[in-house]
Amino acid sequence: MAYPFPTEIHRVVDPEGNLVGDPPELSPEQHRKLYYWMVFGRMWSERMVALQRQGRMGTFAPHVGQEAQAGIASPLRQDDWLLGTYRECIAYFVKGLSPLAPMATHRGYFSRGYTRELGLVPLQIVIGNQMLHAVGVAMAMQYEGTDRVAVGVCGDGATSQGDFHEALNFAAVFQAPFIAVVQNNQYAISVPRQRQAAVEYLAYRGPAFGIPGYIVDGNDVLAVHKVVQECVERARAGEGPSLVELLTYRMGAHTTADDPTKYRSDEEVAHWQARDPIKRYRIFLLRQEILSNEEDEALHEQATADLQRCVEEFEAMPPPRPEEIFEHVFETPPPNLLRQRDEILGTP
Amino acid sequence: MPKWTMVQAINQALALELEQDRRVRIFGEDVGRNGGVFRVTDGLQERFGEDRVFDTPLAEAGIIGVAVGMALYGLRPVAEIQFAGFAHLAFHQVAAQAARLRYRSGGEHHVPLVIRAPFGGGVRTPELHSDSVEAFYAHAEGIKVVIPSGPYEAKGLLHAAIQDPDPVFFLEHMKLYRSLREEVPEERYTIPLMEARVVQPGNDLTAIAYGALLHTTLAAARQVEKEDGVSIEVIDLRTVHPLDEETVVASVNRTGRALVVHEDSRAASIAAEVIAVINERALYALLKPVRRVTCPDTPFPLPAVEDVIVPHQERIVRALRETLEP
Repeated sequence: MAYPFPTEIHRVVDPEGNLVGDPPELSPEQHRKLYYWMVFGRMWSERMVALQRQGRMGTFAPHVGQEAQAGIASPLRQDDWLLGTYRECIAYFVKGLSPLAPMATHRGYFSRGYTRELGLVPLQIVIGNQMLHAVGVAMAMQYEGTDRVAVGVCGDGATSQGDFHEALNFAAVFQAPFIAVVQNNQYAISVPRQRQAAVEYLAYRGPAFGIPGYIVDGNDVLAVHKVVQECVERARAGEGPSLVELLTYRMGAHTTADDPTKYRSDEEVAHWQARDPIKRYRIFLLRQEILSNEEDEALHEQATADLQRCVEEFEAMPPPRPEEIFEHVFETPPPNLLRQRDEILGTP
Repeated sequence: MPKWTMVQAINQALALELEQDRRVRIFGEDVGRNGGVFRVTDGLQERFGEDRVFDTPLAEAGIIGVAVGMALYGLRPVAEIQFAGFAHLAFHQVAAQAARLRYRSGGEHHVPLVIRAPFGGGVRTPELHSDSVEAFYAHAEGIKVVIPSGPYEAKGLLHAAIQDPDPVFFLEHMKLYRSLREEVPEERYTIPLMEARVVQPGNDLTAIAYGALLHTTLAAARQVEKEDGVSIEVIDLRTVHPLDEETVVASVNRTGRALVVHEDSRAASIAAEVIAVINERALYALLKPVRRVTCPDTPFPLPAVEDVIVPHQERIVRALRETLEP
């Protein structure tokens, strides 16, 4: 396969909310759903940080500024799989994950709710590892003769990992129904994108493996949806994998343990502030009369109420039972593990 | 009953699994058309097709990483790493992923994956081909480490490993591949994982070994029995992690003496763990300190000098006699 380096930056709505490309075919209801998860996602991220500051939440990686990731999951069916990291919570919500699940994860509970039925695997911590899993899932789907697809999502830092390259290579060699999405948010904690790779765009990695690469304005949810949709259709039709680079920016810290003022300037942050993904989508929706000001207000109220209920349910969530520490190592705990359990928890 | 080598027994087990369970897929480097560098997968691609048995790019992390994905989705991948020493390149996919996904997901996901890999000294391979790696993986909690000691054992253990709901690292000692033949039933049978086997009963000392050195240990034990008029119990651990503590402890409690033999280096090894278990659970039965006959804490030596350090019968005999002293 020979694909050229991509040159076009896919964009549907510009930062001012003007329509500059053909929008994907979405019903008003689908638009509102996308917009809802972006709005909810931002509120949820801000609340997670607040909960962490109050000592009610563990380390959390905020995703404010990257809400257009909703468009990674919106082209997917429930029986497709999505494997991402701690920065992909909104995409996971769109795929069907309860926001309570990552709240539990970040509080240090077992990661439940990321089920096979939803096509989800717990948020990956080790950078890049999930890309190979996603290819394996795609190869299994292909083997079973389904038209399902698997999407692996990672950040710009992950593209330096061997696993990322091996994933693209395996996917290309086996023509797996796999889509690699890179949320290039310009930083791997403090290390800038330029230090990860000498190529101008990470999407160039695709053609090197025989995979088409796409560069997308990652703050334009409609462009994200449209390009991922195209890749999904190719994969379903047996036309192989794709690589999509989303150009975006993490407005907040890497995690609640990070201070981004140490490694980036106010000017840079302001530059991206003006490219806010929610603001531009809102202008588009209002102009296209898909959403009215009143509906927008009601949607915000709904998201606020949903989030409040979420936090209440989260607060009521019981911590894992100590016995569980020993229950999920193997399906059947071996005798020596049971002895260690009894030694620590007391003989039952 | 046919007499088979371990290569034939493993090949037969893989064929039966491919035949009976469509979820089973075998892949790795050179396992397809070439039938594996040791011929372990010989004829399988021809018989079952490229969908079931196939070659991959030369990338260990890739092989294990995609196997994890397939297993998460519901298949039963059997991935081959050409030599266990090269699995270091996939260590993160084994230790941080395969072994932990059940745990991370609170039991919602599991990874029914078998990683097969040859290892072991005595066959004059280039560097890193011979290394014993079991102790690394014993510490990757959530994966079982199995080392068969011969054809019959290999077949039954491999069937059990492939049908196990959790990941299994299945290490095949190269020296055993063709050095002995055993009667092996043609039909499918399983040998339970995490259960050691008393290979021969005895009263005066418990010798604990696994893999190729089980046979050296047996020969040493029989020599000492014959020459010194003692009786030695020999245990094959089979699954080196998690350990079958009960079989070891029951035996040592009866014999009062123990010796642990393996080819891996000494510090932080399986032998260290076996002796710790004996100390915790059978110390007062001991009449002598428990000793280890192992490779020293050096990298596995280059072929020209490997015979110097791989435990041989004489060394084991000496250690048995020292442990048997009143």
